Amino acid sequence: MSKNNPTKLPMNRRDFIQTCAVTGLGLAGGLSSLPVSAKPKVTMGFIYVGPRDDYGYNQAHFQGKTALAKLDWAKAVDEENVPETIEVQKAMESMINLDGTQVLFPTSFGYFDPHILAMAKRYPKVTFLHCGGLWDESKHPKNVGSYFGYIDEPVYVSGIVAGHMSKSKKLGFIAAMPIPQVLRNINNFTLAARSVDPNITTTVVFTGSWSNPVKEAEAANSLIDQGIDVLTCHVDSPKVIVESAEKRGIFSCGYHTNVAALAPKGFLTGAEWNWSTVYTQYAEMIRDGKPIPNLVRGGLKENVVKVSPYGSAVTPAAKAAADAVIQSFMDGSMVVYKGPIKDNKGREVIPKGTEYAQTDIWLESMDWLVEGVIGTT
Amino acid sequence: MLNLRETWLISLGALTVAFMLVGIFFASTGNSPFEVFYTLYRGAFGSWFSWQNTLVRAAPLMLTALCTVLPARVGLIVIGGEGAVVVGGLCSTLVGLALRDMGPFTVITAMVLTGALTGGLWIAAVGALQYFRNVNETISSLLLNYIAIAILNFLVIGILKDPATLNNPSTHAIGEANMIGNIGASTIHWGLVYGVVACVGLWVICRHSVFGFAADVVGGNIRAARLAGLPVVKILLWCCFLGGAAAGLAGTLEVAAVHGRANNGLNAGYGYAGILVAFLARHNPLAVIPYAILLGGIQASGGLMQRAHNLPDATVYVIQGIIFMVILTSELFYGKFRWLHATREAKS
Repeated sequence: MSKNNPTKLPMNRRDFIQTCAVTGLGLAGGLSSLPVSAKPKVTMGFIYVGPRDDYGYNQAHFQGKTALAKLDWAKAVDEENVPETIEVQKAMESMINLDGTQVLFPTSFGYFDPHILAMAKRYPKVTFLHCGGLWDESKHPKNVGSYFGYIDEPVYVSGIVAGHMSKSKKLGFIAAMPIPQVLRNINNFTLAARSVDPNITTTVVFTGSWSNPVKEAEAANSLIDQGIDVLTCHVDSPKVIVESAEKRGIFSCGYHTNVAALAPKGFLTGAEWNWSTVYTQYAEMIRDGKPIPNLVRGGLKENVVKVSPYGSAVTPAAKAAADAVIQSFMDGSMVVYKGPIKDNKGREVIPKGTEYAQTDIWLESMDWLVEGVIGTT
Repeated sequence: MLNLRETWLISLGALTVAFMLVGIFFASTGNSPFEVFYTLYRGAFGSWFSWQNTLVRAAPLMLTALCTVLPARVGLIVIGGEGAVVVGGLCSTLVGLALRDMGPFTVITAMVLTGALTGGLWIAAVGALQYFRNVNETISSLLLNYIAIAILNFLVIGILKDPATLNNPSTHAIGEANMIGNIGASTIHWGLVYGVVACVGLWVICRHSVFGFAADVVGGNIRAARLAGLPVVKILLWCCFLGGAAAGLAGTLEVAAVHGRANNGLNAGYGYAGILVAFLARHNPLAVIPYAILLGGIQASGGLMQRAHNLPDATVYVIQGIIFMVILTSELFYGKFRWLHATREAKS
């Protein structure tokens, strides 16, 4: 099986039995040889839950993967539209067995448990790096790691710009599901806007699905009918929402990738991933044989996320305020979750004098919405 | 009508034409069709690994296909497999959680029964709506899919949520010990066996039992069936129930063999892919098996085609779509080749 393959494949008893079975079936099945490269390259496999060109979450990862193509010592393969079922397990196995992939990046949250965990057990020599998960030393295998970015930092910047630009003082947020990552973005957006003007509210609509363009368009239109004049979102693809906002003549803030081209008039700014940095760093670590950290997190300072260039409508005052916030994120002086903070039911969640730094794990289990958000979790 | 030779010839002819069209499509993407076909073969059936990949994907399709096949025997076009998968998976998870400490045998038996029962009732409701209230079964079963998914999301985000599943809301896990494992040393879970047994069992019922014959009469002409004194409503509801039970079982197996808990992964489209298999198999439960494997194989090779030839993921849908259209068109040719019938008609 791995005889002519330079990247040594993991071999345990089960694999050995399978190999025997394969050899036996080889005559009937016409076992194809594994791809052989002259020099061992760092082979990385990427798996996306949606299409590569969704203007959103998956495209951001695809852009990161594309950056690796420029390196002549690395090879990156990918697969799109892989559902969070046994199919993703098979996609991972296929990349390992047929492409000799050493490190896998299954990028959707739902891939983690049980799929990545099951594969990590079966292939202990392959590294599995998962986007968004929380690797736990006590529970998870050593060949698994997780990485994520504090995208709520650029979302906070969007909130500052939105707060300055809104005339109706009503902002809109279309979100997929009331899960911690999403709630944190909504809260950051709202806290930022209310730091500009405490009368601002954010109306939230949950669509119940990561990708449902019809519902997203309906939600956008109904929010705009309610007098909202800045719209942003956290769904897999912001395309429909940003386009709807543009069509109805209101402002929009992007998410995941740069969507300025979709709304030349009303686009303000947006929160973007910068996966090319992260993926290149991982590739270098693997090439140099360095140990791969199990938990990687980073924000604006670490260049894991970035702020989209300001749109033409953004006023100089808004730009100046946003730039100041970016600066304080870069020098580490910014603390978003600083008490007193009340939730939108009037309960004090963070008392006066308490601060939660960006890296605090407590923030990753958020289940409440801040004061000023109209909507329930 | 049941001319085996004709079925084989027309099916094979249709598949040949379909693959020729697929080849033209490959060529239009700038690839050599032969190379892509080789990749397709390699990814689907080229090695033991690929076979396992194919069979694992085929397993749920066999069961969800039956959800369209059985009601079709009595003349109903039901496309509610997705909903039955979700309902079966969700309800059997609840039972599995309730009995978690009773030992794997009890848990799995109870889960399988619950999945089949609830999935069956879900589709039987479609049959009842059609029979008693004249509600179009295709529309109602489609809409019930959305209702099932909405119920799942509501419960999984709400009262059934395991607080540890932060960003991927799911129910609590039924526990590693209670899961259905793999067959021997393979990576294929036992769901495949359930699928094959269900297909063969229902084929025997359809072809070699009084009930199966009666169902065909109801499907052929419901008024004639009534005049003949057949218990039409009973037969109709039972066919819907059996179809739904198969799909509900698929949901149970997704939980018991793959996920270990109920979450959004239950509505991954198996119900819809099953419709395709059912039509390809011309509503014959036995033919469901090879067609499910064919479709599983195409899906299994989808990843390799993306990686080796830079083809988009939609390639899989293009291939499936072409096969589907050609097979449906080939229906027109049944009964058109007199020479095929000559010997048979003399006998019957």
